[in-house]
Amino acid sequence: MRFIPHTEDDVARMLRAIGVPSVDALFASIPEKQRLDRPLAIPAAVSEQEVLAELAGLAARNANAESHGWFLGAGTYAHFVPSAIDALASRAEFSTSYTPYQPEVSQGTLQAIFEWQSMICALTGLEVANASLYDGASATAEAALMAMRLTRRSKVVLSAGIHPHTREVLRTYLDGLGGELASAPRGADGRTAGLAGCVDDATACVILQQPAFLGAIEDVRAVAEAARAHGALLVVTTSEALSLAFLQAPGALGADIACGEAQSFGVPMSFGGPHLGFLAARAAHVRQMPGRLAGQTVDARGRRGFVLTLSTREQHIRRERATSNICTNQGLCLLRATIYLALLGRRGLRELARLNHAKAEYAKAQVRRTPGLSLPLAAPTFHEFVVGLPGPAEAALARALDAGLVGGLDLASHAPELGPAVLVCTTELARRPDIDRLLRALAGSRT
Amino acid sequence: MNGDPRDRVHAVGNATTSLAFEEPLLFERSRPGRRGADLPASDVPEVDPAASLPADWLRGDLEGLPELSEPDVVRHFTRLSTWNYAVDLGLYPLGSCTMKYNPKLNEVAARMPGFAQGHPLQPVALAQGMLQLMHELERQLAEISGMDRVTLQPAAGAQGELAGIMMIRAYHEHRGERRTRILIPDSAHGTNPASAALNGYQTVPVPSGPDGLIHPAAVAERMAPDVAGLMVTNPNTLGLFEEQLVEIAEIVHARGGLVYGDGANLNALLGVARPGDLGIDVMHFNLHKTFSTPHGGGGPGAGPVGVKNLLAPHLPVPMVRQLDAAEGSGFVLDYDFPHSIGRLHGNLGNVGMLVRAFAYVRSLGPDGLRRCAEMAVLNANYVRERLRHAYAVPYDRPVMHECVLSDRSFEGTGVTTLDVAKRLIDYGYHPPTVYFPLIVPGALMIEPTESESLEGLDRFCEALLAIADEARSDPERVKGAPHSTRLSRLDETRAARRPILRWQPEPDPS
Repeated sequence: MRFIPHTEDDVARMLRAIGVPSVDALFASIPEKQRLDRPLAIPAAVSEQEVLAELAGLAARNANAESHGWFLGAGTYAHFVPSAIDALASRAEFSTSYTPYQPEVSQGTLQAIFEWQSMICALTGLEVANASLYDGASATAEAALMAMRLTRRSKVVLSAGIHPHTREVLRTYLDGLGGELASAPRGADGRTAGLAGCVDDATACVILQQPAFLGAIEDVRAVAEAARAHGALLVVTTSEALSLAFLQAPGALGADIACGEAQSFGVPMSFGGPHLGFLAARAAHVRQMPGRLAGQTVDARGRRGFVLTLSTREQHIRRERATSNICTNQGLCLLRATIYLALLGRRGLRELARLNHAKAEYAKAQVRRTPGLSLPLAAPTFHEFVVGLPGPAEAALARALDAGLVGGLDLASHAPELGPAVLVCTTELARRPDIDRLLRALAGSRT
Repeated sequence: MNGDPRDRVHAVGNATTSLAFEEPLLFERSRPGRRGADLPASDVPEVDPAASLPADWLRGDLEGLPELSEPDVVRHFTRLSTWNYAVDLGLYPLGSCTMKYNPKLNEVAARMPGFAQGHPLQPVALAQGMLQLMHELERQLAEISGMDRVTLQPAAGAQGELAGIMMIRAYHEHRGERRTRILIPDSAHGTNPASAALNGYQTVPVPSGPDGLIHPAAVAERMAPDVAGLMVTNPNTLGLFEEQLVEIAEIVHARGGLVYGDGANLNALLGVARPGDLGIDVMHFNLHKTFSTPHGGGGPGAGPVGVKNLLAPHLPVPMVRQLDAAEGSGFVLDYDFPHSIGRLHGNLGNVGMLVRAFAYVRSLGPDGLRRCAEMAVLNANYVRERLRHAYAVPYDRPVMHECVLSDRSFEGTGVTTLDVAKRLIDYGYHPPTVYFPLIVPGALMIEPTESESLEGLDRFCEALLAIADEARSDPERVKGAPHSTRLSRLDETRAARRPILRWQPEPDPS
């Protein structure tokens, strides 16, 4: 048992010191008949070598962004991860420490959180950001709850392009607190239409996903006006944080809360988690924010340091009156994203966003030239867009797979009204020859 | 350091490593023109985004992001890392956090491209290895806990609690009952009442008895028809096994309620007893506690939830299901839960943590898991025995995986629990959980875990004994601690009164 240091001699000495005859006697407070009278029926232990071989066997049965050309996004994105991130985030001082409750022995984690908060504020154009939430979906749900607390209203209006999973998570979270969800329809070009008609004086907030699930870039200013006309807050959420480096900051366009998913910042896709929810807001609303916050202070000798702060909002102090029940968050993913943003930096992140966009614009131009394919939604897009197909999407994606490509998301269940269609995403990993092969496969030829 | 009592214990620098050079913020290191990442040459035509979007919809300069070279960034974060204490540096006795050793093979496994580079929406036919692992982990957790089904979706213990209480609510609503309150012992974690409140429940505190346990009479008295159930942590946060839990669960069940189990302290029971055999209807697991996935400076964790069959119809979707013989072979995602509480997570949960936990269970097997519980309990009792004469022990009886001391023994010296915690840093250790559970004033909650050796525990105990002596002989030294870290005690009051929550560029003097 290589993880446990005790020798039988150690055990005997410790039992003597405690004054009990056996290890079993340590469990005397568990009534005899409540104890398990057999070994657990799980597989017997195997060596490290065998565990890794077994896991390699399971891993080998999963397609992944290294084994295939990757055009599937829809909220989880295949981006390149600089090598320094794994090297730094693997440091045990970061990965095997706990929540920085004791600041004098946690300054590394705390300073990184403070840097993360600062950069999320810069990217969103807002004044305070927290130390992460579980993922984009729960961050959006927490934003809705925060808006309900701030406005003492219970209706939440959703844009047409909220990710379907985020929509489901919102419903799950709001259900227990009597929150009511209303949804604006999608217009012909893919953007939300008629949102103003859904907002009324009972509306706590409008939640606008930018870009929309099907790729459309929304008019944030117009939605902000519709929300403000009724005293509702505007929440702008994104499932692709890289878009913050492409589009005007939500805070500059009237958003009161910006939130979403920051997996794209150096966090592997990992079948959907662990990812990284973020949430930023106006300073005036900080006391209703969910999650942890790091703040700057000084030590007894006046030197700068960082601590977790404003914790009277949190469950361990406020219990049933807390702003959220969250305790453990996504600390190590936050660290990865902080390193990512530091490496890409002020110019690199914007260039990367524009490269993603250029790849998509190239692909869209090729779609227009390919007989049988179409772009059913006319609104501008970032790096993800809908391709209309001449025949069933399932067959088209199977052809792409034969060519070694995971070609996008079949929209048959998400947007049947578009006819056969797939949602295609091009990040910096998408190579032009693969884009060309994908479009040929989608159009109907086996490549 | 002449006469420094630390010398009697062992020669250490301090809890963070000794080369404590200053390190500015990223933004203060920034120099215009530097970069730390390069992009591949574009193989597509350049595009002016303003051709398809109004110019004022586009982001300009990303002011506020730094400009740094790769070595700048690597040195920055490496320096920051040296200011952290960590399990890989030593004993990390945070009570109820189970800071056990995190095996390295778990990290290697989770980084395999077939796990780390997979996508949650890829067709299930292309994810059979992942789904098989999730299916097997579900079966293993069900067996370990004595539950029938387990959802792996919740991202942390608190989200698991939320899911569990939602299922309790769905169960009652489905039966046409409106129950509005929930019982929570006064020793519970703060997440319990917060999760109940997110479900719209009013919380009813249940006082612990003089022995630190919940008593059937206290529950019976409060178990009214409008009470949805009871949330219970077993072993509880005093480290004590709830000896009358079976009887208590019968009372709750007889009046139509359900029992939620907070699994934070499951490490004490592995292979010894199962919550599902003790009357628990629904419980969460903290994979980052019991199942060794690293805490990561505050996550990511994972909080699977096990349920008895009566709650299975309400499980979050999707669940992983193995096809039966008539359907073929392999695994699918099953959305067919008409009474489901819905979806908790944007995707399938913190899958990367599931891979690590699976590797851990495979490495330990039934005997190894039981050995974890046994040695964790042995360690906690040994620490308690060594310290019980120097520290007040509010509930002085054998414990399970953790023990709770208090600062009452230092009355009159001015030394408090916080001072003891900070002084422990000077002896090379992370402090225990402090001021929790709330029912023990000045609590010091110590959970050594099974990872610690006898000699390691002896050093730790000697440190605490030396501090107990210092509290009487030299209280000022204790109250001024820590003395050996790069920064001395931080002013948390000031941080909250005048919050500075981000770096901002100096205002332009013009």
